[in-house]
This record gives sequence, C-alpha cells and structure tokens, in this order.
Amino acid sequence: MSEKPKFAMYWAASCGGCEIAVLNIGEKILDVDANFDVAFWPVAMDAKYKDVEEMPDKSILLTLFNGGIRNEENAHMAKLLRQKSQILVSFGSCATEGCVPGLANLSSREEVFAAAYDSITSDTLGIRPQYSYEVPEGTLTLPIFNTIVRTLDQVVDVDYYMPGCPPESHQIGAVIDLVIQVLHGQAELPPKGSVIGAGGSTVCDECGRIRNVKKITKFRRLHEVAEIDPVLCLLEQGILCNGPATRDGCGALCPAVGAPCAGCYGPAQDVVDYGARLMTAVSSVIDSNDPKEIDRILDDIVDPAGTFYRFNLAHSLLHASKTAVS
Amino acid sequence: MSEKFEPIIIGFTCNWCSYRAADLAGTARVKYPPNIRLIRLMCSGRVDPTFILKALSEGADAVLITGCHPGECHYIEQNYKTMRRVKLLQRTLAQMGIEPERVKLVWASAAQGVMLAQEITKMVEEVRALGPLNWPGRMREATIIGEHPAVEEVVA
Repeated sequence: MSEKPKFAMYWAASCGGCEIAVLNIGEKILDVDANFDVAFWPVAMDAKYKDVEEMPDKSILLTLFNGGIRNEENAHMAKLLRQKSQILVSFGSCATEGCVPGLANLSSREEVFAAAYDSITSDTLGIRPQYSYEVPEGTLTLPIFNTIVRTLDQVVDVDYYMPGCPPESHQIGAVIDLVIQVLHGQAELPPKGSVIGAGGSTVCDECGRIRNVKKITKFRRLHEVAEIDPVLCLLEQGILCNGPATRDGCGALCPAVGAPCAGCYGPAQDVVDYGARLMTAVSSVIDSNDPKEIDRILDDIVDPAGTFYRFNLAHSLLHASKTAVS
Repeated sequence: MSEKFEPIIIGFTCNWCSYRAADLAGTARVKYPPNIRLIRLMCSGRVDPTFILKALSEGADAVLITGCHPGECHYIEQNYKTMRRVKLLQRTLAQMGIEPERVKLVWASAAQGVMLAQEITKMVEEVRALGPLNWPGRMREATIIGEHPAVEEVVA
C-alpha cells in the first residue's frame, strides 16, 4: 500500500445529494485519488464499520461527514469517525444544521412513524419495524430512533463546516485544492471552527437582481405570481426569499432563475439564529402600521416555522418543537 | 407542584418611554411582582427576535417587550417594526408549541408607571397559569438515549 493520507466520507441522515455533489467535481476527483487513499466511503466502495473500528486513532486525515444525527447508528459513526480522523468536516446542510430531515423536529416520533408506516407513503401499511427481531440465524437489530434530529456538532467536536444543500461542486473543488496545497506545504488550514467553501456575506450580495426600498403588502407563493419580473428583487415582488439571512457562496443560483432562495447555505456570518434573522428582515419590509392589516399580510405566510427554519431547525436556538420532545 | 410556580420573565424596555415608566413605578413605590427582569435598550426596535428566542431557550418562561406608543417612537417608526416582528414571531412560536401569550408586547409612555406595573402583574399571573416552559430541561431530556419508551411495534 502507498503512504498516501487517508480520506473518508460518510452519510448519516441525508439524501445522498452531497455524495453526488462530490462526484460532480469532475476530473478533480482524480486529484483526490492521486493525493489520498480512500479509506472509507460507503457510497463509492465496500467497507464495513468494523474495518473503521480497527483503524488506528487519527489515521484518517480528512473525513467529510454529511447527514444529521437521526438515530444511534448515525451517532455511533459520528463518534467513531471523530476518533479516527484528524480533520472532521461537517459537510452539507444536514450535518451542519439538520436541513430538511431536521424539520422532523416539529413532530413527535410517533407522528414521524405514523407518516412513514401508517400513511399512503408506505407500501407495507401499518407494519412497523422492530428494534430487535429473532430469525433462525440470530437476532436482527435496528438502531434506536432518537427523539430529535441533532447536528454533527451537537454530538461530536467538529473542525470545519461546509454548508449547502448540497455544497456547490466548485466550492468542494476549491476546498479539495486547499487541502492538497496544505499537504504539500503550500498553504495553511483556516482556524478551527471556520466555515469553508462559502462566503462571508449574504446571498443578496451575490444576487444580480435590482434592489430598491422594499414595501410589501402581499406575500405570494411562486405559483400565485403570473409573471416574475426577470430583473427585480424577488422579495420586492412579494415572493418570500431567504436571501437576506443566508450565507453566500452558491452564486445566488436560485434567484437568478426566478426561484426564491430557500436558505440552504445556512445562516450568514455571525447570525445566531437563522429564522430570527429572517423574521426580522421580513417584518421590516411589510408596508403597514395597522395591526389588522399586518395580520392579514402575515396570513400569506402559511408555514412560518417551515419557511424560516427549512434548513436550520435542528441548529436553531429552540432546536425542536414542544410536540417533538414531549 | 407543592411550591407555587414563580415564572421568570425577561422584560425588554425602551430607554425613552417604557423604562422611564418602570422607573416612575419605582419612585412612586408602585408594587409589582419581582418575577420580571428588566433589560433597558435604546428602542423596542432593537429587540431582535434572537433575544426573545435566546431567553426562552435558556430558561425564561416568557418575554415582555415594551415600547413607546405607536406614533411616539423616539426613532420615528421602529416600534411598528417591533409590532410586526412580535406578530410574526408569535406565529412561528405557535408552531413550536410555545403559547403566543408567552411573548407579549405592551406600549407604555414615560407617564404610565402604574399601567406598566399592572400589565406586569397581569402577565406574571397569566404565565403562572400557563406553567413552566422549561425549554432547557425539555431539550436535555430529548437527547438522552435509550430511555425512551419502546415504539409501539406491529408485526406483519
């Protein structure tokens, strides 16, 4: 075996999009291969958890960990990979802030199970998995499904954060270039805890749309807009856009094609609570001082928690709803 | 609970009206319950929803925001922004299972010390009736592993 440093990537509670984004870096993947031995990457190569358990501590140089901590298997792998890795990157929105799976923190486990196994979404209606099941060959077990989704840094110590759902491939490429430069002594790693592969401002800063003073009297969902102005700020058109609170780095791809920013790059620099920042921004642009009219305008926002915390609920100050934890 | 529940309420007051109302209540020796912890800001418009969420998530049972009456803001119209923010935040909090009554907005001029004291007294009783929020305890409990009751299992 060569003496190349080791690379690992793991998926916990995630969709797999982060893995695709990594493969989307194109020929740069060859640089990864030239500079790293892939020690563990379930989506790309066969490996067992016990192989990782047998590796010496800190023997993996770089681990990209995507996915939130939904169950005990996720938590076990987070702790194991922390132990085995020198650099652990919270990769993508799920690991960093819970992302869409984190919206389950609005519901109790029973509601989650009911939606998954007792509703039309299930093809084995009413059959629920069991944590342990006896078969002739032995006992089969499933990991405990935790009460709430946690982010990677709520479970283990994290060195760097890379936001995005998924992180943009050019940003992944740039981070890989940086790590390779560090390996060759040509660059230094950023301070621990840094957000890498993203900007330090907001999506609005990257957005090419024209901005004026915003005065909103009606919020409209995308399908309610007959014709989207191609150059005017979407928020000014009454389309709820999460750009003002969201970190830049994606290139403002969504607003460029007329879709409002959903907020997948997470809170902008120094924002403590993503939803709070967004609520501040949105309420500031409502053009009414009349309580009744304000209520009417706010009625247009049908799902405030889901809108303002779509990607960030598990990493918000409140973390979960009372229903989820009771 | 054997002992009477004493709610903790964080109160944000504005420098120009409501803090002076609270000050007036003090100098006039108007009594109100000590459950409220007042924090003076320059304007109710300075109250970022982050402050409210931080207070609730770290153990406060409720948050009171007080400002100048509409049309009387020292900074012209920031209290209207506060009104919109509180309304929007209350809607979001409702989805999180936090009763909107736990976040209250009250207008008080510098002359309304008695009124502010009455409002605080009323709010303390309302929150007492709602019971403890105990957000840190709830979240801590939710992250304890292996002590959940088993999921109800149905076998094919």
